[in-house]
Amino acid sequence: MITEKKQRQGAKTSPKSRAKDEKPQSGNGRVAIITGNEAAAHAARLCRVQVVAAYPITPQSAVVENLSKFVESGELKAEFVTVESEHSALAVCIAASTVGARVFTATSANGLAYMCEQIHWAAGARLPIVMCCVNRAMAAPWNVLNDQQDSMSQRDAGWIQIHCRNNQEIFDTVVQAFKIAERVHVPVMVCYDGFLLSHTVMPVCLPRQEDVDRFLPPYTPHTLLDPADPRNLNQVTLADPRVNSEGVLCHGYMELRYLHQEALVGAREAIVAVDREFDQCFGRRWGGMVWGYRDEDADVCLVAAGSLTMEASTAVDMLRAEGIAAGVVGVRAYRPFPVEELIAALKKARLAVVFDKSLSYGYEGPICADLKAALFQSEAAPAVFGCIAGLGGRDVKARQLADAVRNALKQYDNGQRTAPPAWIDCRI
Amino acid sequence: MATRILDLPAEEYMLPGNRACAGCGLGIGLRHILKAFDGKCIMAVPASCLTVLGGMYPSSSVLVPWMNVVFPSTAAAASGLVAGLKATGREDIPVLAMAGDGGTADIGIQALSGAAERNTNFIYICYDNEAYMNTGTQRSGMTPLGVRTTTTPVQGKQQPPKDMPRILEAHGVPYIAMTCPSFPTDLYDKVKKAIGIRGTRYLHMATPCPAGWQYNPKDTVEMGRLAVETGSVVLFEIEHGAFRLTSRSKKLAEQGELMPVREYMERQGRYKNLDEATIAAVQQWIDRRWEDYVRRDAESAQS
Ligand SMILES: Cc1ncc(C[n+]2csc(CCOP(=O)(O)OP(=O)(O)O)c2C)c(N)n1
Ligand code: SF4
Ligand SMILES: [Mg+2]
Repeated sequence: MITEKKQRQGAKTSPKSRAKDEKPQSGNGRVAIITGNEAAAHAARLCRVQVVAAYPITPQSAVVENLSKFVESGELKAEFVTVESEHSALAVCIAASTVGARVFTATSANGLAYMCEQIHWAAGARLPIVMCCVNRAMAAPWNVLNDQQDSMSQRDAGWIQIHCRNNQEIFDTVVQAFKIAERVHVPVMVCYDGFLLSHTVMPVCLPRQEDVDRFLPPYTPHTLLDPADPRNLNQVTLADPRVNSEGVLCHGYMELRYLHQEALVGAREAIVAVDREFDQCFGRRWGGMVWGYRDEDADVCLVAAGSLTMEASTAVDMLRAEGIAAGVVGVRAYRPFPVEELIAALKKARLAVVFDKSLSYGYEGPICADLKAALFQSEAAPAVFGCIAGLGGRDVKARQLADAVRNALKQYDNGQRTAPPAWIDCRI
Repeated sequence: MATRILDLPAEEYMLPGNRACAGCGLGIGLRHILKAFDGKCIMAVPASCLTVLGGMYPSSSVLVPWMNVVFPSTAAAASGLVAGLKATGREDIPVLAMAGDGGTADIGIQALSGAAERNTNFIYICYDNEAYMNTGTQRSGMTPLGVRTTTTPVQGKQQPPKDMPRILEAHGVPYIAMTCPSFPTDLYDKVKKAIGIRGTRYLHMATPCPAGWQYNPKDTVEMGRLAVETGSVVLFEIEHGAFRLTSRSKKLAEQGELMPVREYMERQGRYKNLDEATIAAVQQWIDRRWEDYVRRDAESAQS
């Protein structure tokens, strides 16, 4: 389980220089002992979201409940639309965003899957929607506990996806996400682990409203639907460019997709810059695309995303105590994929062990597969071994991660350079 | 006072030319709907023939803002427009959700039911061409008994259509109307009235479709009129619970007689070679419904 000490580790000013026992600093705000779901709801409130539409699902429900409380009590001036499904939740967000409102929603697992066509639509329509995905296992069979199969299954929909390691990072990332989304016109999915973070209380610094306002100015849309200036948005668009009534050649579908890809790849810059700007305002940063723990001189790197990196950090301490120069490379942004950052972070390592909490069935863990593809471009790539861990809420202990690393090292020393994914604690 | 045809506003909000089939009833309907709005509304439109009518990027056939949405989401998207406009201080712009029968009665019924239960402040117009026309005339939940579609190709549809106005009535929304573009002033007046009411307003527009119903495109207006003459379509409105027959249907009730439905069916290829038993079943279904409407009209006239 994640200890409070580990949670705090993530919340350091610099991802590279974390003093282990530093407490969250309230700065000009206040420190609240809250769950990850409460942190997300407070963040949406302080971002002054104007329209919220969400539908309850475990483990996300408390996000919806908290936001409806904020709206009903008048703490948040927003329209809360109590939709009848997740499909409609995102439909409401898409439409409200189209007419210029800042919008927020949250969901998990089957809710996310139920939204699927809207997820693609939101991205294709280039709307700055922020959605929390409280990571949960996909059914069948039913399971409400944590893994990351849900958001991973949506990785190709054209959203930015950012993983959080603790509740402070959830709060901070939601605030950052609006700024990123509104800068690059791409929706952002803020992913955090169900129960492990969503239902675990931790100290979280909640900044003052005026400081958030200074960091995040009101949203100004690039296009407005208005009878005074009628336009038809997202109508049928052919593959080839076509000329409009004024003789101007306009993009075809393919060009629009290219621009979307450009925006997503370019979002890398925005993610890093916004993290830096956040640091200037609030004195905290999260590493932008990737972060590291004792990784500078690491010979063996443990790669993971989300709260699993906290166990990985403990495993690293264990391995270091045995004389193994281990470190963590945390994947914060999964889309856009941090290709260059990972190449740089793993340049000196001879071995990377990737822990995925999801699976691309018939292949391997998605982070592992993507990392291998990224390292293919590197001159100095380490060997990569993948592990599948924690599916359906299976507890993952630091010592199991350390064991997996020792195993991989043994295989490496025997001359092996990769292997099929190892299933951690799978009792078959 | 009912508007007379010559009193309809001259302003047009549809540009000359669109991508619907020749003789499409939907174009006539939309033209009068937008006149009633004075072009001042924001539309939410799902995948349907209406999408096609709207044109392909970068051209549009209408002069009102138009947001395309996924097929099942018309009412949810319209809810989002309402919420977004309110949140950004533009609540005065009316929201018009407009979807086909499939987008309304089948795949979109959940979103519509949710929005109607919340009494969301928008006008929803279902244009009912009685099948999934955009994808090639497949059966919908609104396809009438006996109709041959590409998914009921041999026997014709075995079930009568859903009663959408009743479903909306069960949600307690303030205004429901059945209308038809062959009666443009009936349509215009109902949209105008709906604009003046708050909450979820539902209009069901029976919309003749030459391509799917298989009749000569020049006969669209006549086909809508025949639908009303035979009671296949009944023009009415339900305002805050009070039922009232309107325009031609009101007159037919006063005269006391409908034309046999056979005369309407015989004009359309989709009913070709129907057996007598099915024609009788359709007639029976119409008669029973008509009786009910006439009774309700008389009851509310009394109260
Ligand atoms: C989720 C989804 N399923 C199926 C479709 C394919 N589709 C597009 S339009 C349509 C039929 C529309 O029928 P209706 O709502 O009656 O409108 P019409 O085309 O008849 O005007 C279908 C099945 C789709 N776009 N989205
Ligand atoms: S198929 Fe029917 S409803 Fe669709 S455009 Fe053609 S005539 Fe109109
Ligand atoms: Mg139809």
